[in-house]
Amino acid sequence: MGSMQAIADWFKWLAGAHGINVSIAYDAFDRARFLTGLSTTVWLSVACIVLSILVGLVGAWLQGARSPLVRAAVAGFVQFFRNTPPLVQLAFFYFAVSAALPMVTDQFGARVPLVNNVGWAVISFSLFAGAFNIEIFRSGIEAVPQATTEAAEALGYTRLQSYIYVVFPLAFRICLPALGNNLVNLVKTTTLAYAIGVPELLYAAAQVWSETFNVREMMVVLLLTYVAIVAVLVWFMQRWERRLRIPGYNA
Amino acid sequence: MKRLLRIALSTAVVALGLAAPAAAQDTIAQIKQKGTIVVGVKNDYKPWGFLDPSGKIVGLEIDLIDDVAKKLGVKVEMIPVTAANRMEFLQQGRIDMIVATMGDTEARRKVVGMIEPNYYAGATNVLAPKSANLKQWSDLKGRKVCAVQGAYYNRRVSEMYAPDLVVFPAVPDALNALQGGNCIAFLFDDTLIVSTLSGGDAKWANYEMPLVSEDPQLWAIGVRLSDLNAPFGKLIKDMSVEWHKSGRLLELERKWGIKQSPYLIEQNRKLKSS
Repeated sequence: MGSMQAIADWFKWLAGAHGINVSIAYDAFDRARFLTGLSTTVWLSVACIVLSILVGLVGAWLQGARSPLVRAAVAGFVQFFRNTPPLVQLAFFYFAVSAALPMVTDQFGARVPLVNNVGWAVISFSLFAGAFNIEIFRSGIEAVPQATTEAAEALGYTRLQSYIYVVFPLAFRICLPALGNNLVNLVKTTTLAYAIGVPELLYAAAQVWSETFNVREMMVVLLLTYVAIVAVLVWFMQRWERRLRIPGYNA
Repeated sequence: MKRLLRIALSTAVVALGLAAPAAAQDTIAQIKQKGTIVVGVKNDYKPWGFLDPSGKIVGLEIDLIDDVAKKLGVKVEMIPVTAANRMEFLQQGRIDMIVATMGDTEARRKVVGMIEPNYYAGATNVLAPKSANLKQWSDLKGRKVCAVQGAYYNRRVSEMYAPDLVVFPAVPDALNALQGGNCIAFLFDDTLIVSTLSGGDAKWANYEMPLVSEDPQLWAIGVRLSDLNAPFGKLIKDMSVEWHKSGRLLELERKWGIKQSPYLIEQNRKLKSS
C-alpha cells in the first residue's frame, strides 16, 4: 500500500512540476472510471469473441446445407454484416431496432427497453465478427480435401458427425491464423460501443480527458492499454495454434 | 522485461512531449489577414447555436459572433464543436475563439482564457418523462441517466447522487436515448431543457424539468490563454461589457425566446451604473 501511495505521489508531482497529468494514477475517481472501462472492454471482448466464434461455427456448417434456402439465408447474413460499417450496425440496433421491440419493467418499476446498450453492443459486434468468421471457417473447410470427407462418409458418418469429428478439426487448424486476425480486429472494434454510451476504455478515457484536460496523456495511456490487451490475445492465439498442431499434418 | 519496460516508458515520454500548443502572435492581425474569424460553435443547442431548417447555424451566440465579425470587418467561419473537443481545437489553433455555451470553471481556466464579464449563467437540471415521477436529486441514485460527454456537471452529479450515467458524444444522441426509454432522465443545462420543453414539439409533451436547478454556472467566451490579455482578448472583453451595458444581451434573450435570466438583468444594472 505504501508503494502505491508513493507512485500516486510521484504522478501528482509530475502533474504539478511538468504538466504531464496522468490523473488516473493519483485521482481515485478518475482511476475508478478507467478501471471500470478496462474491465468493460475485457468483458465485452471475451463475450463477443466467444459468441462470434459460435456464429461462425454454426454459419459455416449451415453454408454446406442441402437446402438452397438455408444457404441463401447464410449468404444474405454474411453480405449484410460484412458489407455495412459496424458503427452503422450498432446505431441501427440501438436507435432503430430497440425502439421496435417490446418494453419490460425494471426493478424501479420503470419501462425500459428489452435490450440495453451493453446488450446491443455484444449482439452487434458478435454478428459483425461472426459474419467474417463464417467466411474464415469456410476457407478452412474448403481446404480440407474432398477425399477426406468422402472417407468419413464411407465410414458411415452423417453430415453433422463428419463436420464435428473430421472436417472441422482439420479446417479449424488451417484457419486459426486468419481467425486470430479477425479477433484482434474485433477487440479493437469494441471501442465503437463508445457511441452508444457503453462505459468501455475509450469512453472512460474520454470522460477523464474532457474533465481533466489531459488529452495527450490519456491518448498515450489508451494506446498502450490496447497494445497490452491485444498482446495478451495474440499470445493466447499463438499458444492455441501450437497446442493444436498435428505433427506431420500441413507442416 | 526490464528493457521492454524501459522502451515502453521512453515511447510514452516522447509521445507526451509531442505537439506543443501553437503560439499565437497578434491574433487580430492574423484574423484580418485571413479575412475570416474562425469560431467554435454549438449546432445542437437551441436557441444558442442550432441548425435552422435550411441547415444554417443560427442562434443567440451566432448573433454575438456576427457582432465581433462586424467590428473586425471580417467574415465568419463556424466550426461545430462539442464540449469534449472545443478546448483542444482552440489550443491547436483550429479556431480563434469558442462561443459554445461553455461553463466557466476553475479547472478550465488553466487551459482557456475566459472572457469577463461572462455573457450568461446557466444551472444544472434534468429532463425526464412525467411518468418517471422524479421529486429530488437523490431519486436519481442507481438509475440510468443520459448525459453529454465533457459537461462540467457530470462529475459533480455522479459524486453527489450516484446515478448510473450513460454519456453520449452529442445532445441528439442523448435525447434519442431518452426518448427510447434507455434512461430515466437527461442531465443538462436548465436553459436547454426549458427551450426544449417550450418548443411546442409534441414528442416532449409528456416530459418535464422536475428538479430544482443546482450549481449555477457562468458561461464565457473562450480565447487562447496567450490572447486573454493581448489586444484580441481585450477587444472581446470590451464588447462583452458593451453587450451587457447596452441591453444587447437582454434584447437577444427576448429575440430567441429565452426565459429572462436574473444574471443578465443584474449585470445590465451594475454596468450601466458604473
